Amino acid sequence: MNTYIEGILILAGINLMAVLGLSLLTGFTGLFSFGHAGFMAIGGYASAMLTVKFHWPLIPALLAGGLAAALISAVIGKVTLNLKGDYFCIATLGFGEAIRLILDNVQYFGGARGWPGIPNYTNIWNVIAINLLAIVILANLIRSRHGRNMIAIREEELASQIIGINVFKHKMVSLMLSASYAGIAGGLMAHYMTFLQPKMFSLVKSTELIIIVIFGGLGSISGSVLGALVLTALPEVLRSFSRWRLVCYGLAVIIIMISRPEGLLGGYELTPSSIKKLYNRIITKKRTRSQGLGGGDTL
Amino acid sequence: MTEFLQQLINGLSIGSVYALMAVGYSLVYSIMNFSNFAHGGVIMFGAYFGYFMLTVYDLPFPVAFIGSAILTALLAVAIERAAYSPLRERKAPFLYFIISAMGASIFLENIIIATIGPTFRTYPQIFPKEPFRIGSLAIGRLDLMIFAISAICLLLLIYIIDYTKIGKAIQATAYNTKASALMGVNTAVIIIIVFALGGFLAGIAGVMFGMKYTVYPQIGAITIKSFIAAVFGGLGSLPGAVIGSILLAVIETLTSGYLSSQYRDLIAFALLIGVLIVRPMGLMGKTTEDKA
Repeated sequence: MNTYIEGILILAGINLMAVLGLSLLTGFTGLFSFGHAGFMAIGGYASAMLTVKFHWPLIPALLAGGLAAALISAVIGKVTLNLKGDYFCIATLGFGEAIRLILDNVQYFGGARGWPGIPNYTNIWNVIAINLLAIVILANLIRSRHGRNMIAIREEELASQIIGINVFKHKMVSLMLSASYAGIAGGLMAHYMTFLQPKMFSLVKSTELIIIVIFGGLGSISGSVLGALVLTALPEVLRSFSRWRLVCYGLAVIIIMISRPEGLLGGYELTPSSIKKLYNRIITKKRTRSQGLGGGDTL
Repeated sequence: MTEFLQQLINGLSIGSVYALMAVGYSLVYSIMNFSNFAHGGVIMFGAYFGYFMLTVYDLPFPVAFIGSAILTALLAVAIERAAYSPLRERKAPFLYFIISAMGASIFLENIIIATIGPTFRTYPQIFPKEPFRIGSLAIGRLDLMIFAISAICLLLLIYIIDYTKIGKAIQATAYNTKASALMGVNTAVIIIIVFALGGFLAGIAGVMFGMKYTVYPQIGAITIKSFIAAVFGGLGSLPGAVIGSILLAVIETLTSGYLSSQYRDLIAFALLIGVLIVRPMGLMGKTTEDKA
């Protein structure tokens, strides 16, 4: 395979891993995080530490990185998730920046100047394998009782509490799983770039991940996959346009929220059976409007 | 002791700018119940408006000052009309408001980078560098002016909120939007007024921040401090936002004075977590019961 295209695919895969986590949190549980770059940083630095300083192989190091991110997210969740209002949102915003500032001062990891010499373990095959596994786990979770509870919390928190769903617990599970996905993404990134710098995990990275989730569609795994692939490849295609890229993203986010808040594939999944259904419908020339979309504001 | 007082004065000056930002953010939060992340973009525009009025158009300082505040007030209202009011009419969930605000913030920051460029710019010297001296204390004229203007603006705001009919309507809307609409308050107009007030203060904060430091597209990131200050003081409470801002800034300047400036932002975040653990409703906030 062409190495250039392979590189873009690996980057898309790394983004997708983090986006899948954020999709669970924002798209399925209705919590908004500005700190996912911080979780990526924790996972990245933790797993790089294990491979470089302790000579662990990649997979255990990635898992340990994901676990580290999940544990830290549990602390933030414990403090903020049972509060009403935007406390969680602001706490993640502050957390993401704080992680970057802490790493800037940790000389063990090279501080602000960065940390070179991380082994290049990430390749296209293990990225694809990990992503497939992550998608399967996520899809099964969403279809399980726990996933349905999370969606219920997203739709009507008060009502789901009344029918006996433990809102705090499910938010917490969603947050921890989401953070561990981001942590694994950070580990993959560390072992692909072979270089880590706190600047790589700034607020811009967090917002980039959120934008991908929104473009792909809140509450859709296949939307997130599509979003990650398209929005990672797009800047490569439109290099000369790079200055205006984020201007357009910002505008597009507002327009999506106003006109089609469910995003590209909101609440709708592209699975073999749903594609077949769609195909049959077009063939028989019945109404082509899909039934799965529902009303505009079901989130 | 002198050094301590010196740091305290510095903290008060920065804290009063934080307060201007935090008050605008809190005002919107108290009425609309969501974090207006576009507030940072409005502050950044204020700094640029002031800069261009002073350098390119060579306007006198008071004109540039008030002018940029009026322009940012208009900008804030424009953002409300474009990004939030369609959502409000549709009664969209609050998550959509936050996402829309984030989109507006990205748009504002990057339109400046794309058109004007990412370079740092410094304001022309308006106040003489020579500080006032009281004994061994040196108080910068700029610091003094920043503190005075912020205090005037905040007092004016308190007057509007507490003693005018519009202020009463704002308070009523913050307490219960539906009930106040039934009592004949035009909530759409109140929301526009709130955004205009917040935008006006943001413009003033932006110009003063630009004068004290420099102007650059990421200047809006400083609002993270005012978010923390607002949580510290109690989300949605105006006196809380002011007190939280000043305390936060004093703690910050003392840390950078006595420990290291590298720890300044970390202390701010540690404070946020500490407040959330010990007293999540903040210093002055109402209990965070379900308002829905």
